[in-house]
Amino acid sequence: MLEIRNLHASVGDKAVLKGIDLTVHAGEVHAIMGPNASGKSTLAYVLAGRENYAVTQGQVLFRGKDLLAMTPEDRAREGVFLGFQYPVEIPGVGNTYFMKNALNAIRKHHGQQELDAAEFLALVKEKARLVEMPEHLMNRPVNEGFSGGEKKRNEILQMAVLSPALAVLDETDSGLDIDALRVIGGGINAMRSRDRAIVVVTHHQRLLDYVVPDHVHVLVDGRIVKSGHRELALQLESKGYGWIK
Amino acid sequence: MPDEIIHKLAEGDYKYGFVTDVETDTVPKGLNEDTVRLISQKKDEPAWMLDWRLRAYRHWLTMKEPRWANLRYPTIDYQDAYYYSAPKMKKAPKSLDEIDPEIRKTYEKLGIPLQEQEMLAGVAVDAVFDSVSVATTFKDKLAKMGIIFCSFSEAIHNHPELVRKWMGTVVPYTDNFFATLNSAVFTDGSFCYVPKGVRCPMELSTYFRINAKSTGQFERTLIVAEEGATVSYLEGCTAPMRDENQLHAAVVELVALDNATIKYSTVQNWYPGDKDGRGGIFNFVTKRGRCKGANSRITWTQVETGSAITWKYPSCILQGENSTGEFYSVAVANHWQQADTGTKMIHIGRNTKSTIISKGISAGHGQNTYRGGVQMLKGAENARNYSQCDSLLLGDQCGAHTFPYLDVQNPTAQVEHEASTSKIGEDQLFYCRQRGLSTEDAVNMIVNGFCKRVFKELPMEFAVEAQKLLSVSLEGSVG
Repeated sequence: MLEIRNLHASVGDKAVLKGIDLTVHAGEVHAIMGPNASGKSTLAYVLAGRENYAVTQGQVLFRGKDLLAMTPEDRAREGVFLGFQYPVEIPGVGNTYFMKNALNAIRKHHGQQELDAAEFLALVKEKARLVEMPEHLMNRPVNEGFSGGEKKRNEILQMAVLSPALAVLDETDSGLDIDALRVIGGGINAMRSRDRAIVVVTHHQRLLDYVVPDHVHVLVDGRIVKSGHRELALQLESKGYGWIK
Repeated sequence: MPDEIIHKLAEGDYKYGFVTDVETDTVPKGLNEDTVRLISQKKDEPAWMLDWRLRAYRHWLTMKEPRWANLRYPTIDYQDAYYYSAPKMKKAPKSLDEIDPEIRKTYEKLGIPLQEQEMLAGVAVDAVFDSVSVATTFKDKLAKMGIIFCSFSEAIHNHPELVRKWMGTVVPYTDNFFATLNSAVFTDGSFCYVPKGVRCPMELSTYFRINAKSTGQFERTLIVAEEGATVSYLEGCTAPMRDENQLHAAVVELVALDNATIKYSTVQNWYPGDKDGRGGIFNFVTKRGRCKGANSRITWTQVETGSAITWKYPSCILQGENSTGEFYSVAVANHWQQADTGTKMIHIGRNTKSTIISKGISAGHGQNTYRGGVQMLKGAENARNYSQCDSLLLGDQCGAHTFPYLDVQNPTAQVEHEASTSKIGEDQLFYCRQRGLSTEDAVNMIVNGFCKRVFKELPMEFAVEAQKLLSVSLEGSVG
């Protein structure tokens, strides 16, 4: 599904990613962990195509296609979803309206018929149950006045609605209380499927109690320094990142 | 001055004046008393009307064009303009195939039906329009309720007592340079009178007014709502309007008596000039409403996307106790457009309330200025105002400016002003694109969201059109 080869990227003059190699297959859940400023969020942004993140070397293939050559919207339409660490507010634009337009842009790209308002409403209602999203938030403007937890739920809801092939979730667990963490973990688990890969970027291992990863990678100073399984995350939790260096 | 004397005067001057074939549709370039007389004569106006025009003209001669607005434009040569039916365009096009493909593209984007496209483009059509028969039906229905809705010229002839009673009571002919010019040379416009206790059952639109053709340049509108009357009036059209006349100076007067409500909505899309700022309409408009009666309400809603220069401040004089004035505005300045627009709320009566919501969007090299005045006069006990002025910048070559003026003379009055300026965020754009939306769709969505508070005030179909119009106006402004 996703093949990252020797990826180098910089922000401004600063080299942040210094040679990442990572292969993710359909059906897998990968966790990328690491201390602050190790390059986790940069990796997520580079995959999504954010401007000002310059790829200086390397290659990324997504389902065999050159991902880095695509615009951000084409990456999204091809099936790459980024769950934002800080979801953006869009005043005056209804949440449901926003998601409907996004989904229809993706459907159009694949030559599928666009959903009408009624069809979409049925879909979004079903998905909203996954993340226990209160209905009144559906008609509010996108993320405007949402609490931190509500914003993160909204990200998972968007993922569920857009149904991407690859979801990269950037610090989706940050700022969540235990209950919200459980709900969001449940939402992510419900999205696990044979056809989908999920990459969870996180600082803490606590989300991984709910979303148990198949693979765990430790990112330090722009490089993956260690890869392993579930136990690696637990070891990190008890010994700290210092242990790995 | 008794009518007789004026009539004589008019006649007298005419003797030495000029000799022009009254049958022709064109008056030579330039402006002098003879021009004013000729306009009045061609319209077969009564002496009182001519007198009013002449007084306005003479006053105009003593005035200077205002230059305080944040607008840059070359000096206007008032002697180099036509004041009555500018020369006809070469020839009416025979079909839409002869229309500028750019304009046709815009029509299509706005989703304007073919027949309407033909009408807007001035295609000579033989077939009778549906809208004309619709308009006739409407007129009958309105007449039965006692509502008068006609052209200003018709009103001068058929309802002189109403015109004389109300014309100039809100915008006197001495008001300002452009309003005074309009008073002297206005060609036509709309007149609407809603009698006591009548709620007008439909949105009145210039579109449905018969004889609405070519009143563009110096248009004059007067709307009177008697006690307890309610009316909603739509002005303009989302389709791009071209006009050979660069200078436009309209006047709109609204009068609301006790418990009356007037809602005046405008979508204005005059030709803004090309990408490089060539051409485009100069639009100097005076719009003012008088909440004369207690509990009366006047609401101005405007979506301004056109014109090279916009100078326009729809205002309310809140005279009656508990009266309410509202101003909701979206103004777009793209390419080289300049807009200096806003409102003035003059609180005179007790417990008067006003709300100002202004959304300015600047793109390209556009310059957008909000200029708003809130006055709380001595007698305005417990008057309240809330103003919110937000500016949105697309790109880094454009500008947004806000000039709020406050004058509070009554200590019990409350004035609240909020303002914000934001650049359309990289963050917002990237977020939308990451969800699969194109940059263009994302910009449209963000801009429409920004304007939502104002669009909500527009009548339904108008709001939908306004959204489309905004998208078209901002096309290609980002990315």
